[in-house]
Amino acid sequence: MESVYVPFREANSFYRNMYDLFADWTFWGVSPIPDWLAYLLAGFLIVFSVVNVVIIVTTIGTWVERRLIGRFQSRVGPNRWGPWGLLTPVADAVKLLSKEDTTPEGVDRWVFNLAPLVFITPPILVFAVIPFGKDTYIANLNIGILFIIAVTTVTTIGMFMGGWASGNRYSLFGAMRGVAQLVSYEVPMVLSIVGILLLAGSLSLVDIVEAQVIPFIFLQPLGFFIFILAISAEMNRSPFDIVEADSELVAGFHTEYSGMKWGTFQLAEFIAPFGAAAIMSTIFLKGWEGPFLPSQLWFFLKVCFFWFILLWVRATLPRLRVDQIMALAWKFLFPLSLLNLFVTAAEVLVWDDPTIGQLWAMAGINWAIAITCLIVSSRLMSDKLTTRPPLVPVPKRGGN
Amino acid sequence: MPIRTEPVTLNLGPQHPSTHGVFRMRITFDGEMILDVEPVVGYLHRGSEKLAEERTYVQVITLTDRLDYVSSMSNNLAYVLAVERLAGVTPPERAMYIRVIVAELQRIVSHLVATGFFLNDLGALATPLMYCFREREKILDLFEMLCGARITLSYMRVGGIFQDAPLEFWPALRGFLGYMPGYLDEYERLITGNEILLSRTKGVGILSGETAINCSVSGPILRASGVNWDIRKADPYDVYDRVDFDIPVGTVGDNYDRYLVRIAEMRQSLRIIEQCVQQLPDGPIKTEVPSLVRPPKGDAYGHVEAPKGELGFYLVSDGSISPYRLKIRSPSLINLTALRDMLIGCKLADMIVTFGSIDINMGEVDR
Repeated sequence: MESVYVPFREANSFYRNMYDLFADWTFWGVSPIPDWLAYLLAGFLIVFSVVNVVIIVTTIGTWVERRLIGRFQSRVGPNRWGPWGLLTPVADAVKLLSKEDTTPEGVDRWVFNLAPLVFITPPILVFAVIPFGKDTYIANLNIGILFIIAVTTVTTIGMFMGGWASGNRYSLFGAMRGVAQLVSYEVPMVLSIVGILLLAGSLSLVDIVEAQVIPFIFLQPLGFFIFILAISAEMNRSPFDIVEADSELVAGFHTEYSGMKWGTFQLAEFIAPFGAAAIMSTIFLKGWEGPFLPSQLWFFLKVCFFWFILLWVRATLPRLRVDQIMALAWKFLFPLSLLNLFVTAAEVLVWDDPTIGQLWAMAGINWAIAITCLIVSSRLMSDKLTTRPPLVPVPKRGGN
Repeated sequence: MPIRTEPVTLNLGPQHPSTHGVFRMRITFDGEMILDVEPVVGYLHRGSEKLAEERTYVQVITLTDRLDYVSSMSNNLAYVLAVERLAGVTPPERAMYIRVIVAELQRIVSHLVATGFFLNDLGALATPLMYCFREREKILDLFEMLCGARITLSYMRVGGIFQDAPLEFWPALRGFLGYMPGYLDEYERLITGNEILLSRTKGVGILSGETAINCSVSGPILRASGVNWDIRKADPYDVYDRVDFDIPVGTVGDNYDRYLVRIAEMRQSLRIIEQCVQQLPDGPIKTEVPSLVRPPKGDAYGHVEAPKGELGFYLVSDGSISPYRLKIRSPSLINLTALRDMLIGCKLADMIVTFGSIDINMGEVDR
């Protein structure tokens, strides 16, 4: 029996310490906790704390997001409840929990009620393999990045369940768009990660962090660009938020939800950018590594940085149209990610075991390629978009 | 086996975030492509025209505030022009200048709101809307100095205006004229060259000049379609014949042109206001008219270039203290007649944007 648990116990020092705490606890000379229960308790405590930390950070994140968006929009943002409005998320939660949870007539009850759960589980599962700091992770899966890709895809099933079961045409439109968008953007996203895998030589996120002599954002600029676009699209963040496009589809797939079911959808959508930022800082920005500060704090700062970029884009850009989003994925991101993969593979082939100097040379080449590609493709895309000449009777604008 | 497909009918509105009130459309889709649109109006009908028959001529001014509640100055102006034509009253010079100033300020307000909501419909998360509302607040503060109200102003009177502008109004107006061009430049920097905006609005919702004329469309939409028609030039009222301004005219008639025309019109409005402030004479602000105006029997039509198009009031008098009949030619309703032509063949997302670019106001559509 012992042998089954060993890999788990050895996977993580936190886990091992917690296990030892339970297993070695003696009461009047006997050890009342059997081995299997000690494993279970230790695992439960770690997962419980991580899930709660994620949810609490996200809840505070909603406050930060609303305050920041308020600043972006030259207004104050929520500031009434608690100091600087810090208790606003609490008020939100109380309001959502005490709100009537309506289930419209004619919905498919099972699917309708299950959809929020299916939707919120994947973003939380992502954190299972993310290393929050040195030796701080739930599991160091040797297929970590594959796990993330597989798990995040499940979100779409929850989305489609909600959209289909609602029996509302706005929801159905939103769900259909969501599926189309996911299918399109999964391809460039995975291909942009493959470049990283070639450089790191491992699918484990811990190994990827440790393989980064210089941050992969320098070695894979094009990959990073494609990845941030693709993951915004997967999370349905602006400018790709066609799934719930509030000006078109009211709220997309969760139009018919209310109360805490709606809250669950919202929570999942607020967790997702944190998950995306965590993935990006892990695979592109050396994860937890950094001088002076504790590794966990470094990781948190990097996550906040990427999270802020995602927020900034959301507060700034208008939304693209469905066909434009699909065209962007298939006509530009897909070929670019293939090119990126090809170039990276060639470089890895040439420089088998690169020195620091060779790595920087690689970075230089990749940056040159990335900038050229982006300029060329933006020219191609904006070919027909040149601005118009002034309106016909050229206004004499001397006065103003 | 061929998969059976059928068109989807979606009932958009009357409760929908971007129908600008309680507008309803029954839309038939093929996937996301629009096959047919059937607009349904009347959810905000309050019977303003009938109510006017029960009120005195001056009391009707408050009803006109509630037509297009984003631009009540222009509504007031159109109505009092009609009454003045009916009663044969001429307002004093100073009143006419102040009327033009506030009407142009109101045009800026309305266009700011239109631009903001247009970008909101494009999905820009209310950020441009908030920027536009920032300047709108400044103008509403000016209006508050004039008459104490901010939205439903009732500032115009038959034969003049309610009261002269207070002394602190003029420095505030001059300050506004000073910084507003900078803000307009800011919008243009943020919005006009944005590639997402360009790709979403160019060539979308095209309304040809011919169709626009046939549908009797007016205002910025007509001018964006390349028709140079503006009542301020075609039938000048008040002092528009004494100021120098240009009519911006578009070339294609798509959503982007409508946006550009609105921005350009705001600049022209600033020019008009500046000239009016320079030419402003001293003197009375109101011709003596009895509070119970009894115009002679007959009819009159007063129309102005309201921010949304030609706003006309047709009044029939039977010599009593209240109108025998009031007919409102509201630009929002008539501009909507071109909607179906613009939308067929669009995508769902383009439909919302095109609808937003028409800039209707339900208070005026349903009256």
